Amino acid sequence: AAGMFLRLLSDIQWRAAHPKWRRMTSSQRSTSTTAEPHPVSLPAQAQVVICGGGIMGTSVAYHLSKMGWKDIVLLEQGRLAAGTTRFCAGIVSTARPVSIELKMAHYSNKLYQQLEQETGVQTGYMKTGSISLAQTQDRLISLKRIASSLNVMGIPCEIISPKQVVQLHPLINIHDLVGAMYVPEDALVSSASVSLALATAASRNGVQIHERTSVSHVTVQKGHVTGVETDRGRIQCQYFVNCAGQWAYELGHSGEEPVHIPLHACEHFYLLTHPLKEPLSSSLPTVVDPDGRIYIRNWQGGILSGGFEKNPKPLFTEGRNQLEIQNLQEDWDHFGPLLSALLRRMPGLEALQIMQLVNCPESFTPDMRCIMGESPTARGYFVLAGMNSAGISYGGGAGKYLAEWMVNGYPSENVWPLDLKRFGTLQSSRTFLRHRVMEVMPLMCDLKVPRWDFQTGRQLRTSPLYDRLDAQGARWMEKHGFERVKYFVPPGKDLLDLDHSKTFYKPDWFDIVGSEVKCCKEAVCVIDMSSFTKFEISSTGDQALESLQYLFSNDLDVPVGHVVHTGMLNEKGGYENDCSIARLSKRSFFMISPTDQQVHCWAWLKNRLPDDSSLVMEDVTWKYTALNLIGPRAVDVLSELSYAPMTAEHFPSLFCKEMSVGYANGIRVMSITHTGEPGFVLYIPIEYALHVYNEVMNMGQKYGIRNAGYYALRSLRIEKFFAFWGQDLDAFTTPMECGREFQVKLEKGMQFVGQEALLEQKQHGVYKRFTMFILEDHDTDMDLWPWWGEPIFRNGRYVGKTTSSAYSYTLERHVCLGFVHHFDEKTGEELVVTTDFINQGEYEIDIAGQRFQAKAKLYPFSSLFTQRRRKDEVELSGYQRE
Amino acid sequence: FYLTPPQVNSILKANEYSFKVPEFDGKNVSSVLGFDSNQLPANAPIEDRRSAATCLQTRGMLLGVFDGHAGCACAQAVSERLFYYIAVSLLPHETLLEIENAVESGRALLPILQWHKHPNDYFSKEASKLYFNSLRTYWQELIDLNSGETTDVREALINAFKRLDNDISLEAQVGDPNSFLNYLVLRVAFSGATACVAHVDGVDLHIANTGDSRAMLGVQEEDGSWSAVNLSYDHNAQNEHEVERVKMEHPKSEEKSLVKQDRLLGLLMPFRAFGDVKFKWSIELQKRVIESGPDQLNDNEYTKFIPPNYHTPPYLTAEPEVIHHKLRPQDKFLVLATDGLWETMHRQDVARIVGEYLTGVHHQQPIAVGGYKVTLGQMHGLLTERRARISSVFEDQNAATHLIRHAVGNNEFGTVDHERLSKMLSLPEELARMYRDDITIIVVQFNSHVIGACQNEE
Repeated sequence: AAGMFLRLLSDIQWRAAHPKWRRMTSSQRSTSTTAEPHPVSLPAQAQVVICGGGIMGTSVAYHLSKMGWKDIVLLEQGRLAAGTTRFCAGIVSTARPVSIELKMAHYSNKLYQQLEQETGVQTGYMKTGSISLAQTQDRLISLKRIASSLNVMGIPCEIISPKQVVQLHPLINIHDLVGAMYVPEDALVSSASVSLALATAASRNGVQIHERTSVSHVTVQKGHVTGVETDRGRIQCQYFVNCAGQWAYELGHSGEEPVHIPLHACEHFYLLTHPLKEPLSSSLPTVVDPDGRIYIRNWQGGILSGGFEKNPKPLFTEGRNQLEIQNLQEDWDHFGPLLSALLRRMPGLEALQIMQLVNCPESFTPDMRCIMGESPTARGYFVLAGMNSAGISYGGGAGKYLAEWMVNGYPSENVWPLDLKRFGTLQSSRTFLRHRVMEVMPLMCDLKVPRWDFQTGRQLRTSPLYDRLDAQGARWMEKHGFERVKYFVPPGKDLLDLDHSKTFYKPDWFDIVGSEVKCCKEAVCVIDMSSFTKFEISSTGDQALESLQYLFSNDLDVPVGHVVHTGMLNEKGGYENDCSIARLSKRSFFMISPTDQQVHCWAWLKNRLPDDSSLVMEDVTWKYTALNLIGPRAVDVLSELSYAPMTAEHFPSLFCKEMSVGYANGIRVMSITHTGEPGFVLYIPIEYALHVYNEVMNMGQKYGIRNAGYYALRSLRIEKFFAFWGQDLDAFTTPMECGREFQVKLEKGMQFVGQEALLEQKQHGVYKRFTMFILEDHDTDMDLWPWWGEPIFRNGRYVGKTTSSAYSYTLERHVCLGFVHHFDEKTGEELVVTTDFINQGEYEIDIAGQRFQAKAKLYPFSSLFTQRRRKDEVELSGYQRE
Repeated sequence: FYLTPPQVNSILKANEYSFKVPEFDGKNVSSVLGFDSNQLPANAPIEDRRSAATCLQTRGMLLGVFDGHAGCACAQAVSERLFYYIAVSLLPHETLLEIENAVESGRALLPILQWHKHPNDYFSKEASKLYFNSLRTYWQELIDLNSGETTDVREALINAFKRLDNDISLEAQVGDPNSFLNYLVLRVAFSGATACVAHVDGVDLHIANTGDSRAMLGVQEEDGSWSAVNLSYDHNAQNEHEVERVKMEHPKSEEKSLVKQDRLLGLLMPFRAFGDVKFKWSIELQKRVIESGPDQLNDNEYTKFIPPNYHTPPYLTAEPEVIHHKLRPQDKFLVLATDGLWETMHRQDVARIVGEYLTGVHHQQPIAVGGYKVTLGQMHGLLTERRARISSVFEDQNAATHLIRHAVGNNEFGTVDHERLSKMLSLPEELARMYRDDITIIVVQFNSHVIGACQNEE
């Protein structure tokens, strides 16, 4: 294989007239301004050490130095841009389904466009545009959804017919196409050259770059990065950035305090050909054929074509990976299906001569999103890796966000979907990663419909009731490794298999969930909600209360036994977490947060709680099983089981008490349901879980009890306008913006984090407002269903996007939740959003290009709260998680 | 009479077994990835046996094939007992003491072996106490000997083989008050078995062979092709050294009668074996034991028959020939098989068939474009053709099964002929033995990454 690589190099040198590729060859490398002759000694200390000289490392260095940080050392084990960066296909594509990824790609494109002018280094930037093909109607819908979100961002994009495809690219066989998406501003670059250009600019700004220097491990003391050990000596530093690409996992594990970076490399193949008889124009658009699993770009008059096969080959499965990338073998048999797809798409290429099959490993992550951010355990340890084969598209934006994070404490956009802290140690098993990436890589091309789930790496964390629920027809989804019930398939009823159930329209579980919702409304349902993150915080004196009063926005100095819904805000008043806290005693608190907060919330509190041995925080997530009893008859079931009156007079809303249920003692009962419906959540020590569940089901029989899942819960909470952290709420949303001022105690006699920002908003108003939309002319049976991320139009103008949606079985309408902004008609500047502004508009929601009329509401339908108690007791908290 | 492909498959797969060395956190640190084994009977019941186990108190894995003759009793006993003898021979003094103390005080024993068995591979419950007592006597002697030196694997293997054969012989001489057991130990001693055993520990591979089963290493050359390296010598008349050895051990006067018609004393094909006391005991001892033995033994013409020209016993030994091999990254697999396989297939073909099977389509002559002029269309045609050719390989999930399929079904062109396969497998029991022997195969796959890493450390 090494021999073949050499052949490739000589081929390229022979083509020295083509500057795009020339920069990648090692013989040309030494002319780069950034390279230093080896014996330059390493500095003894630096503010920042970046490990990895690929597109990520150089982009971080570039942006940090632009933001004024100068004392930066970038270390590269081989040569700059020699890893995946060197080999990748160089396609800059903005067509990304996740909004934050789309923004990163858009920024990257703009950055690369002017990079050559800025640095003088040729980057091979060529604006060719891209065409994404659809072989099926479903694929076209998914493209239309992306097109909608590109358009509202001001990125030109259009859905075109097969005939228009031929006009753009004459080689494409369009017989099996139903349509395509054209993004005219997508571009091609030489990725290694972009990386070198960024390095050049960084180096001019004072960044020191050392090649052939490998980091052995990072030293951490008292939870802070103190330095790095390299094969050429030690560098003291305050910040370390792991941009080691496919080596990031190993590097993270090399220190004493491991940093878990869940990514795994897979082999990735693409083909290079000799030029066509009539060489292809270098401005010909890139073609993406997801149904054929391939992409095709023009390359030096010929083509470059690769893809994402169904049976990927994970790499470096046998321990530490020391394999040189260029030693990877070509595997034609493996590439066979992709070659078939290529010839099917462009039959005219049959006679084109092969130059090389390149094997370029790519790193994939467990959820197909890249990994950035600070380690939860080692402060100053930042990570940017796991690009899922889109490193060039993300490189510029990702580097910018990470630099902002380091310099300002947080990026200028919500990057939670990419935050390292969404993962814990549980995603770090090699076996898990290997199995998951084998699913993730084909998924790059698979159709992603609403509410799809990963199939590998499942059944890792389960409730003790798992088998019982599974036997009763439970269908499962997974969050943070925890299995949670979607719904229960009644006996005798069969749902479609996985492949056939994929739809953008009304799903096959519609009636099942409907009957679960009905039971919640009319009788009682039980939902296992054990996955929630649960912490206990206690102290010997008042330290716990004092600290929590500072870190949380609501007043926690409530009588023992009360439950408080509160945000955990950042300095800007944005939600870092949204939780319920029960005061168990004067000095101890029980805190419930969303499932995926386990790592983030822990790190946030650890970093801010005083270093005081008398203050103890414990993660008790695994100790309790949570059963949510929802419905008007929940009170009857529970009072019969506990021999205690549970009516509102004895057990008011937002109350918490330890009780016995059946034989089991010490069950924490809370009068909340996370849905706005009446009922209770039981926190049961896990050894009693089965007993209590059985008791509840037996006793509940006469009240019509049944099992329910998260889909029912979701429908209930959305029709009640309950926001959910991670979906609707994020670090850039304040309580003021989502109508939750009542969950903030601005005058609680002491300062709390975010207070100033909230006071400011209270005084001057908010710039976006969480709003509920009821779809008016939407046919549930025939029309496309909303999901999330759909653009919202007010009087025909774009004002924001939805964040979640569900069908309300009570209203018999779709409900979307989302944020409304007020952009100035002329300047686009963001203006204050007032209640009048919301109420006085005509709204439409754009679902895959089709607009539906919607009615906007700032408050939930009071008629939905049928079991209304005293007004102040109603759980109007707008609080729920999935 | 014609067997359909699914029927053929169910016959071929009835005894297949696979073991994959478990991974720890996604890493397999063993030099062995796992093994596939299978056997196809010709005799009814089959006289071959196989064993595989992981040593729990020392490192390493044991694998063996045993070819019985004159019944399966001896092969069965050796397959149950030999690995315990080997494992005990390898144990350090302290562990032996610990085990003995545990037995003495009635505490639970440290597990010595973890067996990897097909459900059809049985252990005789009745004899377990007897076997255990013999084994215990052996380790008690090892404790008393306490050489203090670290145990050499070669020596341990030789001692274990010899000791077990000795115990088989002794148990038959002493007899057992239980009539069932008494008959059992006599059947074990009067039947015979060859043994070919591999011990793998890191890069150290030891093969101990007694008889005419064979161990063969599959090596992948740099160009991707496969070659075979023998790691055992057959102990039979075709082996000059072996004939020489036998002749050395007996007076010149017997030279002519020792090996006749390529058989030991004109009777026995293998020149080394377990059991077969008819070739080991003195005539007096044989007569005494048979006379005092149960009636079934007396009625058996074979046991009563004394070999001709029987002057200076023993003529047969169970002492193995041990070969040590340091594994290299190019050593991809090991095949242990009874002579049933080697009679029908050349080792070079075995290496190629297993090698291509294990690496699947990928390395079966990898395609490289190199400097050639190949168009996309040509490549596409080539790949399509290869896929069609290779799909037959994936019928088998087990390398040993795949090898048996070839051994039984290969036509003169070296490809599996279904008609031939069907005919061979549908032979009536009494005819089967005429056309083929019992075949038992273990294919051990090595972990080149670990072996490469070990090599670098050294």
